Amino acid sequence: MSQKVLMKGNEAVAEAAIRAGCRLYFAYPITPQSELIEYMSRMMPKVGGTFIQAESEVAAINMVYGASGCGKRAMTSSSSPGISLKQEGLSYIAGAMLPALVVNVERGGPGLGDIQPAQGDYFQATKGGGHGDYKLIVLTPNSVQEFADMAAEAFDLADKYRNPVMILSDGLLGQMMEPVEFKPAKNEEELAELDKQHFDWCMHPNVDGPDRHHHEINSLEIDPKVLEKHVLRLGEKYKEIEKNEVRYEKYNVREDNEVLCVAFGTASRIVKSAITELTKKGHSIGLIRPITVWPYPYKAIADALTEKVKKVIVFELNLGQMVEDVRLAVNGKVPVEFLGKVGGIVFTPEEVVQKIEENL
Amino acid sequence: MEIIAQRPKSLMKVQFHYCPGCLHGVAHRLIAEAMDELDMRNKMMGVAPVGCSVFAYKFFDCDMAEAAHGRAPAVATGMKRARPDMYAFTYQGDGDLAAIGTAEIVHAANRGEKISVFFVNNAIYGMTGGQMAPTTLPGMKTSTSPYGRDVNDIGYPIRACELLATLEAPYYIERVSLLSPQDILKAKKSVYNALKYNKEGRGFTFIEFISTCPTNWGVDPLKAREWAKENMLAFFKLGVYRDKSKEEGDE
Ligand SMILES: Cc1ncc(C[n+]2csc(CCOP(=O)(O)OP(=O)(O)O)c2C)c(N)n1
Ligand code: SF4
Repeated sequence: MSQKVLMKGNEAVAEAAIRAGCRLYFAYPITPQSELIEYMSRMMPKVGGTFIQAESEVAAINMVYGASGCGKRAMTSSSSPGISLKQEGLSYIAGAMLPALVVNVERGGPGLGDIQPAQGDYFQATKGGGHGDYKLIVLTPNSVQEFADMAAEAFDLADKYRNPVMILSDGLLGQMMEPVEFKPAKNEEELAELDKQHFDWCMHPNVDGPDRHHHEINSLEIDPKVLEKHVLRLGEKYKEIEKNEVRYEKYNVREDNEVLCVAFGTASRIVKSAITELTKKGHSIGLIRPITVWPYPYKAIADALTEKVKKVIVFELNLGQMVEDVRLAVNGKVPVEFLGKVGGIVFTPEEVVQKIEENL
Repeated sequence: MEIIAQRPKSLMKVQFHYCPGCLHGVAHRLIAEAMDELDMRNKMMGVAPVGCSVFAYKFFDCDMAEAAHGRAPAVATGMKRARPDMYAFTYQGDGDLAAIGTAEIVHAANRGEKISVFFVNNAIYGMTGGQMAPTTLPGMKTSTSPYGRDVNDIGYPIRACELLATLEAPYYIERVSLLSPQDILKAKKSVYNALKYNKEGRGFTFIEFISTCPTNWGVDPLKAREWAKENMLAFFKLGVYRDKSKEEGDE
């Protein structure tokens, strides 16, 4: 029986994470994600979980590292400046091959920026941010429902690849209320089963007798040959993820598209409204919405470039960070245009319509 | 034949990489012996720091996590909260704990995390080649205080035990020395207590070891111990700074 509730994005993702088996949540307050930490502070004690308001984002991500190292579903969340502080921990978590969930409710930057929605952390999320060769799987919701659904998906992906996963949302999705339907919560047996599945690598009580296992949760390999092997192994894993886990939405993508738009998250909602407007005016405009921005749907974009497509236009709430990935996909076939908004300002459907019309 | 001393079970059969005369190995042994005696190994999770003891994860035969510089108390917090039925300890140097990780240690202590922290104070950054630490003594020369630590410029050494003892939550805090065999025997008892309280789930326990770094102090191991006795013990007073077991009517 389906039951929809009206909820803020920040709360919906928290509820969904708990249902997905997250029992350890560590974070530090920051706008516009504070409802998430407040929700967890209310709910975790009720489900026998752990909530710690950490002394900093640095501490919070390191608590996640410890808890994930014990094979448990652990999570942290923050907004842009706080995510910057988590980069150290993220690099360690990725290096140690631990699953973990990080939610970024982006706000304007750089620096302290403002507290309005923005997409300026695209590079940070998709191209690293911390040191070394590592990748996060980055999921980008564009509705409260998707934001919630992604919590379970993120934990499953994190487990499957033993890799941290980021849900890259923004202040709009975090604060917006929409009807949302939740999946059933995992029960105690399912959680115990999950726990057991991690026993070959995680820290856990020795149940096999007197000769205990010696599990190391670690990213240090002082011997260059050994480190080389480890990083190459990570590289193979990333290739596997690129092969299997690309997610995107095709919206009105057709043979007769005159323009192909690319936008993710909040920006994609506005582009959809604009496409509706333009369809009424008799135009055919397609949209590719990357849902994973790493791995990136290069092929989906390339495949959508029919003879008729004159331009590709990228819409983002930043100075054009994703444009680089779109250019790679388009590979010089048609010009790539860009419309961005910064400062925490969101473009209107009219502005999007105008930008597309200029390029018809 | 009676065996009177052997490698503790809780230590791996590998050779330590420490410099000759370094006391890190002694600290390791004390912890491992207590772990054996208290039969904690099968449920123990340790956190190794960044510093000379960075390979502690290869030395202790229990589950081990390697933490980023200074973050061990946060990592141990996550571990202990994830597996409350297990035990957790961190092993940290003075640069690790009293500089880059000051916030993490203060707040883990303040939350009363049920972990044990073993803190090796050698008044210097060992691994990176002898730079000034927060514990470097006034006037002491290091590679980044070449004219001697000037307290007017950089402040006084941080006394971790005293600092943490201002907090309400910690259960047991003690500073011990590894500078003589008698001191080591005493230290052993303290380490045992800390792990015993840990096993009993009583609260946050903290042992500071006054140690040496002959290599970076540029003296032989014996001189290093003499120097530390004369200078470090004057500034870092040995003793119990907190013992809630007394309040709880034990012993
Ligand atoms: C974020 C970060 N900053 C700096 C370092 C470099 N570093 C490695 S060990 C060390 C000093 C460790 O000194 P201490 O904690 O006193 O331990 P000791 O080596 O003396 O045992 C430093 C600064 C690092 N690894 N990570
Ligand atoms: S450098 Fe100093 S602290 Fe490090 S192993 Fe050598 S003597 Fe020990």
